[in-house]
Amino acid sequence: MKRFATILALVVAVAAQNASAQTLKAVKDRGMLNCGANGTLAGFGLPDAQGKWTGLDVDFCRAIAAAVLNDAEKVKFVPLSAKDRFTALQSGEVDVLVRNTTWTSSRDTSLGLNFTGVNYYDGQGFMVRKALKVNSALELNGAAICVQQGTTTELNLADYFGANKMQLKTVTFATANEAVKAYDAGRCDAYTTDASALYAERLRVTNPNDHIILPEIISKEPLGPVVRHGDDQWFDIVKWTLFAMLGAEELNISSKTLDEALKSTNPEIMRFVGTEGNYGEQLGLTKDWAVRIVKLVGNYGESFERNVGQGSPLKIERGLNKLWNKGGIQYAPPIR
Amino acid sequence: MTMAEGDLAVAELAFVRRTNIAPRPPPAAMTGAVGWLRENLLSTPFNVGLTIVIVLLLAWAVPELVKFLLIDAVWSGTDRDACLESVQHREIGACWPFVWERLPYFIYGSYPIPQRWRVDVFLAMLAIGVVWLLWLNAPRRDLGAIYFFVILPIASFILLTGWAAIGLQPVDTVLWGGVLVTIVVASVGIVVSLPIGILLALGRRSHMPAVRTLSVIFIEFVRGVPLVTVLFMAGVMLPLFVPEQLSPDKLVRALIGIAIFASAYMAEVVRAGLQAIPKGQYEGAMAVGLRYWQMMRLIILPQALKVTIPNIVNTYIGLFKDTTLVFIVGIFDLLRTIEVARIDPKWATPVTSTTGYAVAAIFYLVFCYGMSRYARAMEARLAKSDRR
Repeated sequence: MKRFATILALVVAVAAQNASAQTLKAVKDRGMLNCGANGTLAGFGLPDAQGKWTGLDVDFCRAIAAAVLNDAEKVKFVPLSAKDRFTALQSGEVDVLVRNTTWTSSRDTSLGLNFTGVNYYDGQGFMVRKALKVNSALELNGAAICVQQGTTTELNLADYFGANKMQLKTVTFATANEAVKAYDAGRCDAYTTDASALYAERLRVTNPNDHIILPEIISKEPLGPVVRHGDDQWFDIVKWTLFAMLGAEELNISSKTLDEALKSTNPEIMRFVGTEGNYGEQLGLTKDWAVRIVKLVGNYGESFERNVGQGSPLKIERGLNKLWNKGGIQYAPPIR
Repeated sequence: MTMAEGDLAVAELAFVRRTNIAPRPPPAAMTGAVGWLRENLLSTPFNVGLTIVIVLLLAWAVPELVKFLLIDAVWSGTDRDACLESVQHREIGACWPFVWERLPYFIYGSYPIPQRWRVDVFLAMLAIGVVWLLWLNAPRRDLGAIYFFVILPIASFILLTGWAAIGLQPVDTVLWGGVLVTIVVASVGIVVSLPIGILLALGRRSHMPAVRTLSVIFIEFVRGVPLVTVLFMAGVMLPLFVPEQLSPDKLVRALIGIAIFASAYMAEVVRAGLQAIPKGQYEGAMAVGLRYWQMMRLIILPQALKVTIPNIVNTYIGLFKDTTLVFIVGIFDLLRTIEVARIDPKWATPVTSTTGYAVAAIFYLVFCYGMSRYARAMEARLAKSDRR
């Protein structure tokens, strides 16, 4: 089995090397961006009642398609499970993987892949009953905690309780659905998973208002888009698509105020919308690449609020995902 | 008075009844509802015990089910508030408005809305074909077979995937989903597996070594590997080895995987039927001078398939439910669309998942039970020839 795994890894690495270094050309020739997405995570990637894909990660794929093809609808979303997502990217089945993937050193170095940035800073949190009168995760000593089996969540939990010398009693379940049901039925005192998912799961319990999400975040889960090694131009395009969405928010350019921005004489805004300089051409795109993103998808803030923030049923606070000048850590290098 | 006279007198007095007495009704305890109960439910102590256990089981499950699905159910609403106990202040059963809203998604998946009539036409064409073939009194069933096995596959392929030349916008199979995918995968598996299965079964019993060895290897290899593995290899690993342009469509890969798998199982079912036919039938057929294929077509297969109908249908029912495994390679079949829909925060309530799974259960139950009933009727019809 181990030898088989080694051979497989070798094959995968070779295949990844051979993967086309001309992703941009391939996408343009195809007229379609192949985007590896989740498909089952509320707020990040989920088809709606009309079968149209929605979510923060989905919007990011649409933004790439907008920049490259000038059409946010020209995206083929390939639903991927957690275990086959990297293979799909390595084999060239998808051009970019935007599937709430945590950026870790081993994933970045050993898989023949590159993370292009962080489009959502996530972290593991806890949900408890208000009746428990617990205000901090540090008061959970000896509590029974429902958790999904075989996830990094389970390991982080053990790390956190070990580091704080607290007694841990885990109750594990094969799926998140079962874990939440058990928590709701009172089998555990707390339920833990990524904070972004906690808000979605809280809606599923019998009385959502009887439950709170504790302020402690016990792990770093920076989620970001991933591309293959060996195509730096494509790497740049995906990276700067995110920076354009963040930059637009910082410059107060939204899909609604875009017309004013196009007439602006502020040099920073002029460089952004392409009325000055040739920054789009340097990327291998057109002058108005950033305008297309904002016009067809919106800036980062708009996408965030619509999918996971106040405009959505999830109502997740911006938190770490606020811009750097508003108290968060989302930061885009300047376009110049 | 002589003896003879006396005899005659007796004879004249004797009463000979010339009509039957009207039959008396059977004892009250043997007829009607009571009789039926005694006959079928309470005939032996063991039966009485079984009846009690089953009645208790029903009494335990059915009221809960009816309460959840009908009495406590919510029938209308626009979002999760309608199905929340904390908002409605009453016990909440199934959340049907969630199903109403998501029904198009359960049927068509992400198929583009302006193009969905094509799916409707496909389903209607399929229904016509199935009825034409399965309804025994239907006119021109020979034409029906041509329609079902030649015209329908080609027409559906063009209709569903699109053909720009005749104005049908191409629709990528990534967008297909729900009932459409379940029906497509199941019908391809069902239609393809029987002929290939028969060929493989005949191959396995062939006297030609090459044919026999190949058939045995194929059957044993495919049966020895789990379907999930076949699908996973086809869906995830294949693209690693062949260039992107040559790699077939994801749905096609899954269809081939399922067809291969079902064929191997079908081959063994058919082989069982072939072995059940007495040797005399083969020898008799050869004695009247029939060639191999004539013998198979006219004598052996009609009998072999008749005795294997229960097993064939069993394989079909298993296959129909196995289609849910295509979700492994990221294809949204009915069950997957339901699982996706239940995650939607707009309808996130404690009862949403259960409602969704109830819909899936009803769908699979209706189809599998339908297949089973049709097979029973078919068996009964064919069994008439065995009764003398």
